[in-house]
Amino acid sequence: MKNILILMTLLTVVFTAQSQDKKNRNAKYSIDVNGNCDQCQKRIQKAAYSVSGVKSANWDIESHQLSLILNEEKKSLLDVKTAIAKVGHDTDIVKATYEDYSNLHSCCKYERKE
Amino acid sequence: MKITPLLIMLFSVSFCLSQEKIEEIKVTTTKKGIQKSLSKTTNTQVVTSKELLKAACCNLAESFETNPSIDVNFSDALTGTKQIKMLGLTSPYLMITEENIPSVRGASQAYGLSFTPGTWVESIQITKGAGSVVNGFESISGQINTELLKPSNDIPFFLNAYGSTDSRYEVNTHFNRKISDKWATSLFIHGNTRVAKNDMNHDHFLDNPLGKQANVMNRWQYSNPETGWVTFLNARFMNDEKQTGEYDFNPDTDKLTTNHWGSEINTNRIDLSSKVGYVFKDMPYQSIGFQNAFTNHDQQSYFGLNQYNIKQKSYYSNLIFNSIIDNTMNKFATGLNFTYDKYSEFVNTNDVSRIDNSAGAFFEYTYDNNDKFSYIIGGRVDYHNRLGVFFTPRLHVRYNPWEKSVLRFSAGRGKRAANIYAENQQLFASSRTFSVLDSLGKIYGLNPEIAWNYGVSFSQNFLLFGKSADVGIDFYRTDFQNQAIVDVMQSPQEVSFYNLRGKSFANSLQFEFNYEIVKHFNLRTAYKYYDISTDYLSGSYQRPLQAKHRFFSNLEYATHISDEGQQWRLDATFNWFGKQQLPNTASNPAIDRLPDFSPSFAIINMQVTVQQSSTFEMYFGGENIGNYRQRKAILGADNPFGPNFDTSIVYAPVFGQMFYAGLRFKIK
Repeated sequence: MKNILILMTLLTVVFTAQSQDKKNRNAKYSIDVNGNCDQCQKRIQKAAYSVSGVKSANWDIESHQLSLILNEEKKSLLDVKTAIAKVGHDTDIVKATYEDYSNLHSCCKYERKE
Repeated sequence: MKITPLLIMLFSVSFCLSQEKIEEIKVTTTKKGIQKSLSKTTNTQVVTSKELLKAACCNLAESFETNPSIDVNFSDALTGTKQIKMLGLTSPYLMITEENIPSVRGASQAYGLSFTPGTWVESIQITKGAGSVVNGFESISGQINTELLKPSNDIPFFLNAYGSTDSRYEVNTHFNRKISDKWATSLFIHGNTRVAKNDMNHDHFLDNPLGKQANVMNRWQYSNPETGWVTFLNARFMNDEKQTGEYDFNPDTDKLTTNHWGSEINTNRIDLSSKVGYVFKDMPYQSIGFQNAFTNHDQQSYFGLNQYNIKQKSYYSNLIFNSIIDNTMNKFATGLNFTYDKYSEFVNTNDVSRIDNSAGAFFEYTYDNNDKFSYIIGGRVDYHNRLGVFFTPRLHVRYNPWEKSVLRFSAGRGKRAANIYAENQQLFASSRTFSVLDSLGKIYGLNPEIAWNYGVSFSQNFLLFGKSADVGIDFYRTDFQNQAIVDVMQSPQEVSFYNLRGKSFANSLQFEFNYEIVKHFNLRTAYKYYDISTDYLSGSYQRPLQAKHRFFSNLEYATHISDEGQQWRLDATFNWFGKQQLPNTASNPAIDRLPDFSPSFAIINMQVTVQQSSTFEMYFGGENIGNYRQRKAILGADNPFGPNFDTSIVYAPVFGQMFYAGLRFKIK
């Protein structure tokens, strides 16, 4: 019984490791991106699409959620966040620089979370 | 100790709930009857079911009365069938589909729109100009797609009853059941009848046909959001019988005799269709769809001594694959079509039966930068046993130059086989002789019709005195390279069909202004200019029975819906028709002669809807309230078997004022 358990655990570990190795070509993510209006929406989506591997990007104005479908063989989620921060919008990990933020149109100057 | 985490959980759950309640904001924008988009690439407007409630609207043909983009015409003095036109071209030049399956084509061209009851319709998408290549190569001036009610979100029961002073009665009942969380089914039953004879203009001919129609449809829908599979199965049976002609005509004793002039048109139709769709797992942008439709259409008819019978067995199949290139800014659709049509057609004793089949492949690419610019470029290659091998290109471009504005351009080619008899069967109800002047072509001796269509449109939304308004202007041109000319300009005793020998074009210009005058009070206006010129053998004329200038206006008013769901809705539609070119009758004796041009006239329709609750409403209305009537609707009415008899020259209503009332009852 114990042997089987160990075997199963081992198998699971191997399996997980393998699936982690093989990167997901249609990885789905929903990330928090700060912004205000439909102008922000266009900018955020445009920035996301500029990253190769981003197949679909939809930012919801109400919930501030960016739904992504990403080919992780090409780029990682972090690359997308960096690209979005570069155009002035804060994500959970990567924040926009002060300059990039201050370059935003007045209606897009969202309240920054610390 | 164990209770504490439970309490915390409960507390947090209720906290979440209360938070959700706070965040729930009621947005009370009223759904518009006609929806136009600033971001769609094609010039498409969506007519919602709400709009269809604004007029008597018994069937699809009548449901465009409140829409400025589509002209509803009076096709002939006998059958009362309404014909629609877009950009000044009649329905054969439109692609009319039902849930993206071509529906009004071939044998059903003349009456097909009256075979879909208005209550079955969920929405209608009207695209001006070239249209998409996905559904085929035939569309020239536009596409009209009708979506029927979907079983999965239909209400359990619906009843509509209607009666009018021209003695037409109509009943619609819908039943819906959700079999499981994946299966749902709807049953639609429609019946209409006209039993009383009317002859308001005392020409001894019925103003409206006697008739009855039974129309039953059963739909099944399977949807499984977890696996991404969706399936529709539809079966439909329709029987339509019309009797028209002289008041004293009795089909049992007078059929095909010269006792009295009369006509019967009986149509049986069976439609079976299926649609299977699959959306790929984890890839919402990728899908595959497979549609199949089988139709058996059988029309048996006679018009006086003319007999016309047409049967059409057809099979249509469409396989479509949608996906993206890199990302959703670059979408494409590609697939295959197959069409088979077997016509058994008899004009009197002349057998003009034929079999048509075609197979084609299409590819359509859509680019959308998610901002101001998008375009759709599409092409298809088809093989057709009568049209040969040919390429059909289509292009649509959209650009938003500034806020709340949209500029569009479209261009495309269409090609079709004209069913000259089926499309012009109103001419059988005349003493005209039919002659086809060409014999080398493959369709009744004629060549296929080929046309290019180009269009530009611009629209701008803005605020006027704090209320929303929009203006739009569009211009479309259709250039025929070849056309099956229907010539009634030569002689009143003849109709001839021949290949275009010169120029034929249709220019259409539309100017639109829409305004919300006060809340719940909307104005819709349009001015339309048509220049539709064709070179006939006897010279160049404007297309007969087409007004060069038209003005349209619609006013709608609704009271605020009370808490009990009560509401009043008022609607008025005004249509002004400028003078219309009439077929040549100059060689007839004076009494059976019409002027070269019709007079101009106006028609007003009105409707009041009293909504008692969200489940019950009544409506009352009048059509042609000004009681305008065409004085001489039937030429040679006193000698219907003589040389001057003609019922096909109808430019205005034959029947005068008509009032109606109806009710709608729902179980939600």
